[in-house]
Amino acid sequence: MSLEAFIVSLLYDAIRAGTPLLLGTLGEIYAERSGVLNLGVEGMMIMGAVTGFGLTLATGNVWLGLLCAAIISGIVALIHAFMSITLRANQVVSGLALTMFGLGMSGLLGKAYVGIPLPCPLRSVSIPVLSTIPALGPFLFQHDQMVYLSIALVPLLWLTLFKTRVGINIRSVGENPATADALGVNVYRVRYFCVLLGGVLAGLGGAYLSVAYRPAWTEGMTAGIGWIVIALTIFAMWSPGRALIGAYLFGGVQALQYRLQPPPPVGLGISPNILAMLPYALAIIVLLAGTQETIRKRMGAPSALGVPYVRGEK
Amino acid sequence: MLSAMGKKMMKISSLTRRWHKVNKTRHGLNETAKGGEVVIRMEGIVKRFPDVVANDHIDFEVKAGEVHALLGENGAGKTTLMNILYGIYRLDEGKIYVRGEGAEIKSPRDAIDLGMGMVHQHFMLVHSHTVAENIALGFSSSKFLFPVREVEKGVAELSQRYGLRIDSKAKVWQLSIGEQQRVEIIKALYRGAQVLILDEPTSVLTPGETRDLFNTLRRIAMEGRSIIFITHKLDEAMEISDRITVLRHGKVVATVRASETNKRELAKMMVGREVLFHLEKKPIKRGEVVLEVKNLHALNDKGLPAIKGISLTVSQGEILGIAGVAGNGQRELVEAITGLRKATEGKVLILGQDRTNCSPKAVIEMKVAHIPEERIRMGLVPNMSIAENLILKNYRDPPFSNKLFLNLTVIDQKTENLISEYNILTPSKKTQAKLLSGGNIQRLILARELSEKPCLIVAAHPTYGLDVGATEYIRTLLLKQRKEGAAVLLVSEDLEEIMSLSDRIAVMFEGRFMGIVPAESAEVEEIGLMMAGAKRMTDITEGSR
Amino acid sequence: MRPRLKIEKRLVTSRRVMLLASVLSIALALLAIALVFWEYGVDPFYAYSEIFVGSFGSIFGLSDTIAKAIPLMLCGVGLAVAFKALVWNIGAEGQLLMGAIAATGIALYVFPDAPAWVVIPSMFVAGFLSGALWGLVPSVLKAKLRANEVITTLMMNYIASNLVNYLVYGPWKGLKEWGFPYTDKFPSSAWLPILPIGTGRVHYPTLVLAVTLAVLTYGLIMRTKLGYEIRVTGENPDAARYAGMSYFRTVVLVMLISGGLAGLAGVGEVAGNPSHHRLRYPQGISPGYGFIAIIVAWLGRLHPLAIVLSSLLFGGLLVGGDAIQVSLGLPFAAIGIFNGVILFFVLGAELLMRYKVTFEWRREG
Repeated sequence: MSLEAFIVSLLYDAIRAGTPLLLGTLGEIYAERSGVLNLGVEGMMIMGAVTGFGLTLATGNVWLGLLCAAIISGIVALIHAFMSITLRANQVVSGLALTMFGLGMSGLLGKAYVGIPLPCPLRSVSIPVLSTIPALGPFLFQHDQMVYLSIALVPLLWLTLFKTRVGINIRSVGENPATADALGVNVYRVRYFCVLLGGVLAGLGGAYLSVAYRPAWTEGMTAGIGWIVIALTIFAMWSPGRALIGAYLFGGVQALQYRLQPPPPVGLGISPNILAMLPYALAIIVLLAGTQETIRKRMGAPSALGVPYVRGEK
Repeated sequence: MLSAMGKKMMKISSLTRRWHKVNKTRHGLNETAKGGEVVIRMEGIVKRFPDVVANDHIDFEVKAGEVHALLGENGAGKTTLMNILYGIYRLDEGKIYVRGEGAEIKSPRDAIDLGMGMVHQHFMLVHSHTVAENIALGFSSSKFLFPVREVEKGVAELSQRYGLRIDSKAKVWQLSIGEQQRVEIIKALYRGAQVLILDEPTSVLTPGETRDLFNTLRRIAMEGRSIIFITHKLDEAMEISDRITVLRHGKVVATVRASETNKRELAKMMVGREVLFHLEKKPIKRGEVVLEVKNLHALNDKGLPAIKGISLTVSQGEILGIAGVAGNGQRELVEAITGLRKATEGKVLILGQDRTNCSPKAVIEMKVAHIPEERIRMGLVPNMSIAENLILKNYRDPPFSNKLFLNLTVIDQKTENLISEYNILTPSKKTQAKLLSGGNIQRLILARELSEKPCLIVAAHPTYGLDVGATEYIRTLLLKQRKEGAAVLLVSEDLEEIMSLSDRIAVMFEGRFMGIVPAESAEVEEIGLMMAGAKRMTDITEGSR
Repeated sequence: MRPRLKIEKRLVTSRRVMLLASVLSIALALLAIALVFWEYGVDPFYAYSEIFVGSFGSIFGLSDTIAKAIPLMLCGVGLAVAFKALVWNIGAEGQLLMGAIAATGIALYVFPDAPAWVVIPSMFVAGFLSGALWGLVPSVLKAKLRANEVITTLMMNYIASNLVNYLVYGPWKGLKEWGFPYTDKFPSSAWLPILPIGTGRVHYPTLVLAVTLAVLTYGLIMRTKLGYEIRVTGENPDAARYAGMSYFRTVVLVMLISGGLAGLAGVGEVAGNPSHHRLRYPQGISPGYGFIAIIVAWLGRLHPLAIVLSSLLFGGLLVGGDAIQVSLGLPFAAIGIFNGVILFFVLGAELLMRYKVTFEWRREG
């Protein structure tokens, strides 16, 4: 395989592998920007994966499956929102509980789906004309719609967050909810919305794994990418633009994993178990890098992140 | 995927609907009330908290075009009453009338829609955002996309009209406190506030800035708008207001015209007894130098220089007062001395030993007491018992502990002694510290800090937010320590306190000392100018000793 | 007239309220799970009676319950120490596995021919150190670089899990195990002695260690200077700093203890459990003890002695859950549902303890 072909195929896979991470991170950015720490991403992603797969299998329509995934993970997110926002529970524990629940529930629901191939997964489309551009064409313009949607979400969500009134409200709620409240912003509603959005996007990201990337269902198939999303959110400095870079970086590492596995001359013959450690080690590094930059630039996490808001509580 | 877009659509349309509704209401209140008409009436307001009745059947009214002061000592219930008016708290009993019509104020949004605006004591600003973003926040009539541009135009217009200069593109954390307050006022005016509520606005201003504020307020009132001015300072209430309502322990004592009363009468209404305005302070022979600071430099949390070459000495039996408006480096100075902040240059010497950039532990070991500015955040562990809080500084030392273990009996005994000695009102030693009132919390902190005979006391805003009784007690305590030979570094925004307690006064402005003067010869005018940075003494080399 | 939910912060939480809330939360959780059973066409009464009689009703069940409670106790007590300082150690699972790896290394490669009185203590020491070091890394990252420990400890879990896989499929693959992901069986000198009761699964050295350490940890937290520092750091880190306490020292020590205790649990699982006596693929060593221990610790309100009790409760649930799983054909992951729901309700109980919820009738004019 020529070097060029290798790089093109690597980049192609990187984008595909990075899409669930991108979706999840975009959602988590909104949730955290509004001040709610959502550690249930892993649970929401895997619930999205199993329900998306299930409904696609049942109806034969992958878009219905994706919609179902969005709805189900949105419901899970609403539970987290209720606990964290209305009941002011400890957000770390609430997220953990939901992840445990989601992992378990998905295992139960998915028992019937193990080993069943999906007859109608999300297929890639070739954008006419653009996909014939040499070098760029094959890896940029031959993806499925979800990839394009996720990329399109980046500028849309960025614009909304930084250049619209809604965005000012969201960011203020996350920095100083008392101030936003005193100006008539409904803190609870903003946070509910953002957590819900986070859940929906996480569910879509998870569903992408089971109906497009693999496509298949295995128990625990998210393998911790929900946690990597949390690390990526910090690396992205809570900005959708950087989320793109981070997500595809991880996608690249995952794509590289498969390529290094086989024995030489095709790969490097490194044990798959050692290679499997890479994304998690990288997540730690990415977390450190993001944290350091946050400290250096004195522009950190939303100040009210993880702190439940109560009006007038002494 | 579609659901995400759909949700966004729904949100946009509901916001548009709200915009129309607000605009209609706004037109209704846009006409200025005729002078003398009662704009706000609060009847029989009751508000209870778990441990106290904050507002006890209060009647309060405000007329158009008037400046009405709400006077009372800390804890009297003034802020609570206004928080109810502004929708931050819900009243337990009573009714509110706006322009004669009953009003249901369930949230600040309702209050804003009714034409009210509030400038809180602790500014409600998002520090990392720009001025324009702060003003645009929650303003439903602004544009959805790029709202900031429109806001910037409006701000420019308002700032010219009222003489409140502000750069709408600046980030709030970069502004001075006085400028931040201007942002708050413009924020309220931008929303068309007809009733402006200000909560202790002058506590963060220099005397000069206070004058400017009063001018602005008079201008606003002349247009027919009303101003409610919460304060505990008698002089200001007399100076700025048309009418004064005095609150004490949650009840209205009286509502009087400012022109028909005097300071003594007001003080008596506020406190319920005759108030001493002067403390006993005898001149004391100074001893050795305890604290010496040489050319100290340090950065603030944003990485900008906060103290730029501070030098001072404090000797035994002396109180050095640091006057200045908050935000000029006092906090950083205190933290640098007590080991909580890194100094980038300069030296801190305690009893002759170099303690620059030492850990807080090393400073504590030198018998330095630190009465922190933020009592609850820093000086207390709210969920722990009083006993556990009292050993916070000396748990490592015998007899409170030996190698590994805490000596609970000794700790218990000491706690009992301190509770009685410092008059800490508490049901028991085991009570959680967070249940104590503000004054008792400070007594606890003082008991802890002062009971081990410290050689240096660093006291930051020790009487802030406390009632007159507690304030008197604390000031007496500090003077007693001074008599017994301690060196005291006192930081306070209360100029009166500084002047009555200190032997020498250092005025801090933008990280530097503008002057160090002996207290007997100090004049408010001069100090005020130094606080505002308008005057600087040429010879400040630790002179005037 | 409309009812309004008024949520008021409680001033003081009495012991009675705490106990009531804890019991209520378990009851509600069991009720919720009963609904899940019912959904799946299983009679919840049958299921629960199976669980409780099975786990606590016979000496066989009881011994299994205790055996499962041992790692929960060790991990749970360790987690209590960490959580008290507000260090969110979610990595007990990985620290447990590292302890297991260390024990395997000692048993099979370092002291394969040594007598029991050399091997067994060495395994425990190595296991403790191994788990402690695994916890050290995230703690230093947190204390020095402010890295979020939830993520770092979790990531270390996955790394540890993959390390185990690498070892059992690779260099440590059992020569006599025909391709199964197991190492060779430990020499009998490395087998922890068992109490000859019931199913014979209670490896008592670890049990003794667990209970002793629980008591010692309680003493540590409540009576020592370090315990005081841990509590202050967890309650108000700003005050801790103001008081001259070293954040770095507290965080690191807490994680060393927490990781070390989890490591001990790992030793127990490979060297003590008679069906093991070897290192296996991760889920074969621990069905998520490190995560369940989080619930155990929370339910026990971070009190080491209460944790001893709550770990017995969960040990029983696990034993019963195993039986149900087999008889109902539920997948292994279903246990996650139990865990999630219970943790949820325990969280809810904590809220009840913190806030007083009353209904108010307000006249809306």
